Formats: sequence, C-alpha cells, structure tokens
Amino acid sequence: MKWRGSLRERCLLRAVQICNIISVSAAFFQGNFTVPKTEKTAKRTGPEANHAVKMAIREASKSYQTRSGAVHALDKVSLDVREGEFLCILGPSGCGKTTLLWSMAGLHTLSSGDIRLGNEPITKPHPEIAMIFQDANLLPWRNLAKNIELPFELKRRPPDRARIDKLLERVGLAGFENKFPRELSGGMQQRASIVRSLSVDPSVLLMDEPFGALDAFTRDEMNLLIQEIWMETRKTIAFVTHSISEAIFLADRVAVMSARPGRIAEIYDIDIPRPRAIDIQTEPDFIKQVLDIKSRIEHGRGAKVAIT
Amino acid sequence: MDKVLGDKIPEFNKKAAGGGNVGLSGASFSLGDHRTKFETLVIILIAVVIIGGTELSLVLFNVPQYVLPKPSLIVSALFTEWKFLWPHILITIYELLTGFAIGASIGFVLAAVITQFPFVEKIVTPYILLLVTTPMLALVPLLILRFGFGSEPRIIAVALASGPMVMINSATGFRRVDLAKIALARSFGASTLQIFTKIRIPMAMPMIIVGLMVGSIFGLLTAIGAEMVGGAEGLGNRLTYYSALIRMPQFFAIILILAFMGISIYVFFFWLGKKWASWET
Ligand SMILES: Nc1ncnc2c1ncn2[C@@H]1O[C@H](COP(=O)(O)OP(=O)(O)OP(=O)(O)O)[C@@H](O)[C@H]1O
Ligand SMILES: [Mg+2]
Repeated sequence: MKWRGSLRERCLLRAVQICNIISVSAAFFQGNFTVPKTEKTAKRTGPEANHAVKMAIREASKSYQTRSGAVHALDKVSLDVREGEFLCILGPSGCGKTTLLWSMAGLHTLSSGDIRLGNEPITKPHPEIAMIFQDANLLPWRNLAKNIELPFELKRRPPDRARIDKLLERVGLAGFENKFPRELSGGMQQRASIVRSLSVDPSVLLMDEPFGALDAFTRDEMNLLIQEIWMETRKTIAFVTHSISEAIFLADRVAVMSARPGRIAEIYDIDIPRPRAIDIQTEPDFIKQVLDIKSRIEHGRGAKVAIT
Repeated sequence: MDKVLGDKIPEFNKKAAGGGNVGLSGASFSLGDHRTKFETLVIILIAVVIIGGTELSLVLFNVPQYVLPKPSLIVSALFTEWKFLWPHILITIYELLTGFAIGASIGFVLAAVITQFPFVEKIVTPYILLLVTTPMLALVPLLILRFGFGSEPRIIAVALASGPMVMINSATGFRRVDLAKIALARSFGASTLQIFTKIRIPMAMPMIIVGLMVGSIFGLLTAIGAEMVGGAEGLGNRLTYYSALIRMPQFFAIILILAFMGISIYVFFFWLGKKWASWET
C-alpha cells in the first residue's frame, strides 16, 4: 500500500531536493557569498515578549525507560505557544519533537515539569487540542465520511454535518465521502485528516511532520493550504518539521530544538508578510534565513538537518 | 511496455482495476479472483464431464453398486432418504452451532484479554498450541464415558476443536497494535472500551474471520468424527450405519450433504470477510 508509486515519488522528491540544493548553493555562490555566519536575518526573541500565551510548557522533562537504560528525550523544555500563532518546532531526527508534541496533546505523561492550556494542566487529551499525525492516520476500514465522523462518534455527539461539508468543500474533497483511504492519494488522505481534526473546532492544532511523507509538489500544495486555513481560522498551530525551509515558510516563530537531551536551542521570529507564495523560498532573503538557521544548528550540536 | 509493467506488478494491476478483488490475505483460502462468464462455464462443464463420465463408465464396466454407486443413484437416494436424513442433519448442525458458539466466544474473549498482558500471553500460548495441534477427536471416547451418548460430549469436542483455532488467529490479529491509531482515538477522548471496539477489533477483524472460518471447519470435522465414535444420531452416525449395511447410494448421499455444509461455511465466512475485512489488501 505504502510503496505504491513511491519509486516515482521518491525520484521526484530527490530531483526537487537536488534542485533546491543547487538553487540554494547557486544563490550562495552568486551574490550572497559573503553572508557572514554571525549576521542574523532572523531575530531571536525571549520569553519576556508581551503576547497572550495559549499553551505554556515549563521545564518539561521526559525520559523513556528502555532495556539499555533511560533515554532523555526532553530536558527541561520551556516554551510558550502564543494565542493564534503559527509556531514551527524544528529539529534533527530523534531530538524529541514527537515526544514534546505528544506531551502537549496529553498523550504522554511528563517525567517532570508541566504543560498548561491557559490555566489547565494538560495530563490527558483535551477537547480543545487536536493532533494531526505524520502519515494521515486514517482508519483503513472506514470510508472518508466515517473517518471524519470518528471524533463525534467517540464523543457521542451527532456529527456537525454543515461544518464537515464546508471543510470538505474547502480542501477540495467534496464528493469523495464514499472513498476508502487506500483509494486516495497521500495528499488527499492528509487533507482528510486535517478536516477530521478541524471538524470538532479545536483551538489548538498540533501537527507532527504532517507532510513529511508527501512528494515535494504535494507538500508545497499542502503548505499553501495550511497557510490559508490558518489565515482563515486563526487557530493556534504548533507544527513539527525537520525541514528548515518549510518551517520558515509557514511560521511566525521557529523554535529550534537540539538533540540528546532534547532542548529548545533558539527561537527565531519570521517577519515575512502573508500570504506567502511558494516562490519566496527561492528569494535571497529567504535562503539567507535558511542558511543562518542551518549554520547555527550545525554550529551548536553538529547535528544534521536537510535543506529541503 | 505498459502491459509488461502491469504483468510484473500484480498489486498495481489490482489497484488499477478498482480494487475489486481484495480477499482475506492471512487466509490461504481463496475463492479465486473474480470469474468471467467463460471461466464459470468451463468449471460447470468440467463438473458435467466428471459426473457424466463416472456415470457412463460405471455403467459400461458394470461396476457393482457397493464399490461405487452411480451418481444418478446417489442423487435419487438423497431424495428418497431425505425424510429419514433431515433429523440427523439438524442434530449435526445443532451440535456444530452450539459447540462452535461456545468455543468461538471463549476463544475470542481469551484472545482479546490475553493479548493485553504480554506476560500472561507468553505463559498461555504453549498450552493453546497444544490444544490446537492435538486432535480433539481423541478425547471423544473419554467424554462419552463421562457424559453419556447424548449430544453433550460431541458439543464439548466441537468447542474444544474450534475454540483454540479462533483464539490463536484472533490473538494474532489483536497483537497487531498500531500505536498511532490508538493515540488518534485517545486524542479525541476515547475510553478504553471505545478504543477496543472502534480500533482494536476492526484492526483484528481479518484475522478473527480467518480464525472463525478455520475453527468452524474444524468443528464440522470433529462433530462428524464424534458421531461416528458413539451415539445413535447425527450424520456421522448415519455414515457408519449405511456403510455397515453396504447401502452405498445413501452413504454417498450423506457425503454430498457434508460437502455442501463445508462449502456453505466457507462461502459464508468468505462473504463476511468481504463485508468486514475487505479494507486489508
Ligand atoms: N516509546 C519510546 N521508548 C523509548 N525511547 C523512545 C520512545 N519514543 C521515543 N524514544 C526516544 O526518544 C528520543 C526522541 O524521540 P522522538 O520520537 O520524540 O524524536 P523526534 O524528534 O520526533 O524524531 P523524528 O524526527 O525521527 O520523528 C529518541 O532518541 C527516541 O529514540
Ligand atoms: Mg517524530
């Protein structure tokens, strides 16, 4: 199921990645050869900034007990997610992004520290918080309509038909209600899962590398869609990714995590006006920001993050 | 080029055809792919040739009835003996259904519970395997000593034969946990019971149906075998009865009935699989 067309998609993905790298390095060698590593194009901000805080993470630590000892996945992570902002959490593989997000969703208990939504401590899943998973995570035995009704079924409420239909229309899935997940493309599946999460009208959306498994074209499309949805709904979004350019493209702020133990290394403000077009990713300023963050990550931990 | 590619990648072909023939993947059974009219015709033709050929050669070579009765005789015996046979059919069906219902429910519940506790599962599995691999027919004489010549020993034997089959296959299904799907349900506030009914059971369903199919066919075998061992009723008993009297057309008529019962069980579960587990390709 998974591998269907994957060869083609992977080739495409590779090709686009290579183009990306070429264009980035081309820009680098053409005009911006002198980008000094210290010059900041993105500003760092501290927690003292004056904004309404939607979710507050304080000194959150989490370690997993494994046979070979404890793994410190999170180490005293403190982070504010502001009301209505688009926050991207960026970090290399294995640095604890998923652990952080699952804890924010109340799916994990922390070893120490706490996470609050407003004043409420999050210890179990909260109806205001919805999670979107990496591969769309639709239930293969249910058709699209039934998949989207799942949250209502679990909450023992009649489905909000009007809202669901509007959302389906919005993401271009109207008319596909009777299709099963295996009959839909990866992008369509992820759009369905976005509809499923939005259907219950949460105020916080947590997204864990939602577009990581998609080919580059679909990914661009989805990035535009999620930007539009965010601009229309102004939900608070925490979006995990390991792609620097995706993070910058989407975010108001980018929180960079470092690995082992997982920490917030730095937070960047991104002041690019919206709506942002896909093209801006090839503009020198944008590339400068990508390289800046990349160099800092490499400088900090020697960890590797792909420029894609 | 396209043709070659399609041939090399059957999965791709299936998908392109609209996923019309998704079967039970875990089961080694299959009704085969969707047949064309021509293929059905050939199958029927072969049956006609075999039956007609047998009939003809039996007449030509003057084979005595007690060696192999003519197909036409078997069918006519089926009709003439029907009024004596159907109570026995009902008894066998009753034993099969009761025993299977008991065995399958216990097997299913055990599988659902045990897979939640890895330690218990590791301890219990070897014993279940023992139950699966030991022919329960061997216990029937013992059960008859204890429970007499009624239906009880046979029902127990059927339950003992089908239960472990259902259990071991369902357990395989329940073991396929997908943490992300469970997390998904939990993120929408699902209770433990809801996770069980809405995620775990549907996920295990393909294997559960395979277990039910294999278990019920084992149950039928055991029911017939148990009836042959002792007692005075049921189709198994009739088999020994007619063979002792060398009434071969009647004997084969019962074989025909048994074949029909076996096929019906298979077709039923195949249909159930299509209905409830066709999502698994
Ligand atoms: N259930 C678990 N048991 C033990 N260790 C775990 C578990 N889940 C995660 N870890 C470990 O914790 C660390 C952080 O994992 P996590 O999945 O949060 O990282 P991530 O940033 O999401 O990585 P990726 O980009 O690959 O998704 C890793 O070293 C991982 O091996
Ligand atoms: Mg992850």
